[in-house]
Amino acid sequence: MFGILTSAAFIHGPIETGGQLVVVLGGVSVLLLLTFTKRWKWLFREWLMSLDAKKIGIMYLVLAGLMLVRGGIDALMMRGQQAIAVGAGSGYLSPDHFAQVFSAHGVIMIFFVAMTFMFGLINCILPLQIGARDVAFPLMNSISFWLTATGAILLNLSLVVGEFAATGWLAYPPLSELAYSPGVGVDYYIWALQIAGIGTLLAAVNFIVTIVKERAPGMTLMRMPIFVWTVLASMLLVLFAFPILTGTLAMLSLDRAIGMHFFTTTLGGNAMMYVNLIWAWGHPEVYILILPAFGIFSELVPVFSQKRLFGYTSMVVATMVITILSFGVWVHHFFTMGAGANVNAFFGIATMAIAIPTGVKVFNWLFTMFRGRIRYTTPMLWFMGFLFTFILGGMTGVLMSVPPVDFQLHNSLFLVAHFHNMVIGGVLFGYFAGLAYWFPKIFGFGLHEALGKLAFWLWIVGFAVAFIPLYILGLMGMTRRLDFVDAASGYHPLLVVALVGACIIALAVSVQFFHFLVSLRERKHRKDSSGDYWGGRTLEWSTSSPAPLYNFAHIPHVHGRDAFWRMKEKGESGREGPYEDIMLPKNSAIGLFIAGFAFLFGFGMVWHMWWMLPVSLLGIFVTILVRSFATETEYVVPAAVVARTEAHHHPV
Amino acid sequence: MKPSHVVALGGAGAVGFALLLMLLTHGAGFPLLAPSGSVGISERDLMVRTVYLMLIVVIPVIILAIFIAWHYREGNTKAAYTPNWEHSKMEEFIWWSIPFEIVLVLSAVTWSGTHELDPMKALVSTQPPLTVQVVALPWKWLFIYPEQGVASVNELALPVNRPVEFRITADAPMNSFWIPALGGQMYAMTGMTTMLHLMAPTAGNFTGRSANYSGAEFAQMSFTARAMDQSDFDAWVAQAKQAEALSSGTYSSLRVPSDAGPVRYYGSVDMTFADILDLYMPMRMDMTMPMGSSMMHHP
Ligand code: HEM
Ligand SMILES: [Cu+2]
Repeated sequence: MFGILTSAAFIHGPIETGGQLVVVLGGVSVLLLLTFTKRWKWLFREWLMSLDAKKIGIMYLVLAGLMLVRGGIDALMMRGQQAIAVGAGSGYLSPDHFAQVFSAHGVIMIFFVAMTFMFGLINCILPLQIGARDVAFPLMNSISFWLTATGAILLNLSLVVGEFAATGWLAYPPLSELAYSPGVGVDYYIWALQIAGIGTLLAAVNFIVTIVKERAPGMTLMRMPIFVWTVLASMLLVLFAFPILTGTLAMLSLDRAIGMHFFTTTLGGNAMMYVNLIWAWGHPEVYILILPAFGIFSELVPVFSQKRLFGYTSMVVATMVITILSFGVWVHHFFTMGAGANVNAFFGIATMAIAIPTGVKVFNWLFTMFRGRIRYTTPMLWFMGFLFTFILGGMTGVLMSVPPVDFQLHNSLFLVAHFHNMVIGGVLFGYFAGLAYWFPKIFGFGLHEALGKLAFWLWIVGFAVAFIPLYILGLMGMTRRLDFVDAASGYHPLLVVALVGACIIALAVSVQFFHFLVSLRERKHRKDSSGDYWGGRTLEWSTSSPAPLYNFAHIPHVHGRDAFWRMKEKGESGREGPYEDIMLPKNSAIGLFIAGFAFLFGFGMVWHMWWMLPVSLLGIFVTILVRSFATETEYVVPAAVVARTEAHHHPV
Repeated sequence: MKPSHVVALGGAGAVGFALLLMLLTHGAGFPLLAPSGSVGISERDLMVRTVYLMLIVVIPVIILAIFIAWHYREGNTKAAYTPNWEHSKMEEFIWWSIPFEIVLVLSAVTWSGTHELDPMKALVSTQPPLTVQVVALPWKWLFIYPEQGVASVNELALPVNRPVEFRITADAPMNSFWIPALGGQMYAMTGMTTMLHLMAPTAGNFTGRSANYSGAEFAQMSFTARAMDQSDFDAWVAQAKQAEALSSGTYSSLRVPSDAGPVRYYGSVDMTFADILDLYMPMRMDMTMPMGSSMMHHP
């Protein structure tokens, strides 16, 4: 009945128990709050079952915010350990627990913060930018979200029941094989990623089709906003890369569950195959994350420079070149695995080649600002922060793409500093910029600028204080993932500095949450009543804030780039009557059901409760079957209601 | 706060932070920037050359960015403003060609550097190379000297000025064999051999360690590489000869996951490197290795 799940799975040391308590108490208090405020029905009706991309987007954003806190606590725990642990056994975490923390941190930050944040922004904005009423497959959109959430839940459940992988975020075999990781940690890792990964893949299909099929009339490919281009590129990368991840993890799980030998050294398996495959996904993955961030910058730099984007065609070409090249560089993650000089040199040069289109983008942003009138709002500050940190990260990346140099820097803290430089300074700053920029559109009111700027400065300073020491430590020969250092190494003082930096970042995150709250309280007088909060150029700003259920009363007609800018110049608003009935998808609980069954499947796989597998698969099948008979999946918003909504938002 | 105040504050903070970092690292070793080994020195030179080449572009870009960001701020109404300027063939051609050219130069440097510093390539020297077989164990390092017939745990003795050919494998999760002061690292993987050449021109003790996470006590996987004169090396071998044999029995207790433990020596080697590889090759297959790869089955 319970597979290998016994009461021992709940019993851990004192620090783990703290983690268990936080998760359980947090969960229980949310449930109680909902019950006492009688919000259950509202929650299901308005949110959990919603097929509205804008609401699904907000749920992605909330999930990313929660996971940022969880991943951030992990980070503080690691920094804390390294700042006090001088000499073996002197920290407060056991070596195994330390390993679980760094593994969970990486997985959470990449999959459940960065990816989730990205899909949040895409859902909220992309349909609006292309002048669409919704995504191509609204139900599948909800399923994607719920599968992602299921992955996150499964991962966090490992805090309470059992353990998490102690292998690093990529779970290299043979360490991740049964022989060295007999516990359930790696299984949690595998199934959290498999389930979330399928959600991601479905979302990519959805957005590719949405971009290809749902654009407003007149919006040719070369008239799409650059954000749309970068999302298209990123989703194409997902489409090609995520199946590799799924296949690789499937092989690992076969090794673990039924004793196969894909990646063991015995019986002809080979761990090097895993290393190749996981990076054949892993390198495109970093571009999946950064490309939409580039897109966001390409949207806001023109708006805040009050000038057209310079070099649109170059931007598009550069984006596509990056997309293609990013599939041909994965070997740079293991130059030290013994490949010959020809192979290493080839992949090193291919890696550097990515710097060319990336450099072009930087020049184009700079020349968008050139002879502009730059307004330093919070989003623009994030861009400036990105620009300078990204130049540093790009340099260190190119440095490591020279194989003999990488022989020395690989697996050192220099590498760790490089990718945080890219993922924080590039990806996260990009998404923060996007959130600050589109917040009025998503929620209908603007953010407190001064607090937003304060958060930005804290982030920048915290980033420098936390990661510049890591570059230096790398040059001192310190490797990653050490749970203690020796006093004689001289590493300790810099690790203390890095902890201070991490605390500054924690403060920055707190200020961010605080500034959301303050702005929420003052939402009445921060209301975006025009719908065009910043003087925007693209279609999302042509509708009200927040956008109505149906996004646009009339589907806009596009006559060129910067479609809304043109409309404004001609004095059109695109909202005048007469109005028509609009069809919208009805709410559906299908996504919740499928995700629920997927959860059972994952949990059953982790704990070897084999009976759960047929039950959950059958459940998913029946759910889909039932849905396929549903005929009334849409409802009508009558023209009168549209007229009333429009009049309410835009009193003439 | 005025923008000029922000800039002044930022500048002062950066200088203060740099001073603090200099203070904290005072006296610490920078094996990557000031290595002792000949390979490490070449790798460092390549690193420095690459950085200089990149700075040729990066410094002007940073200056340009600061200038544009400052000069075209909204408050500066004297600056030119061309809201509809969006395209210039000439300029875009320049944006593509600047990074292209620098990458072209870097590619040439990379191609020659990668071949020159190929870890498989024997080092040029008047002396024949010494072979040391390296086995990553959980969580310790075993060094076998096949020519001398001795072995040691967590202590690597090297004669000065003689090239060393390391043959590396693992009887543990994947590790990476790294002595930063001598030169770059190489993975250690079960059932196969990777190769690395290093040389220590001067006597001294250098820290080596595993660079790839390999399980709970990974942080203990460090060892001392001791570069010494030939006579000291001979004495070291003679002293090791006094110790017990590395029999399959002693080896099986060594391969049990445990703390690093003390430095150990073995006077003879019955459990050879080939035997350790064979633990993972029940059905010896002669797989032809993929193009350009150097993995060998047996030394
Ligand atoms: C100019 C562009 C870039 C270059 C040349 C570059 C180069 C490299 C190289 C050579 C490595 C492997 C180093 C090693 O393992 O020794 C690496 C690792 C990494 N990079 Fe980059 N990179 C670039 C951009 C990015 C971006 C945009 C991101 C993220 C959005 C990123 C994230 C990472 C991550 C996550 C790792 C390694 C993670 C791990 O080993 O766990 N990089 N990069
Ligand atoms: Cu990569």
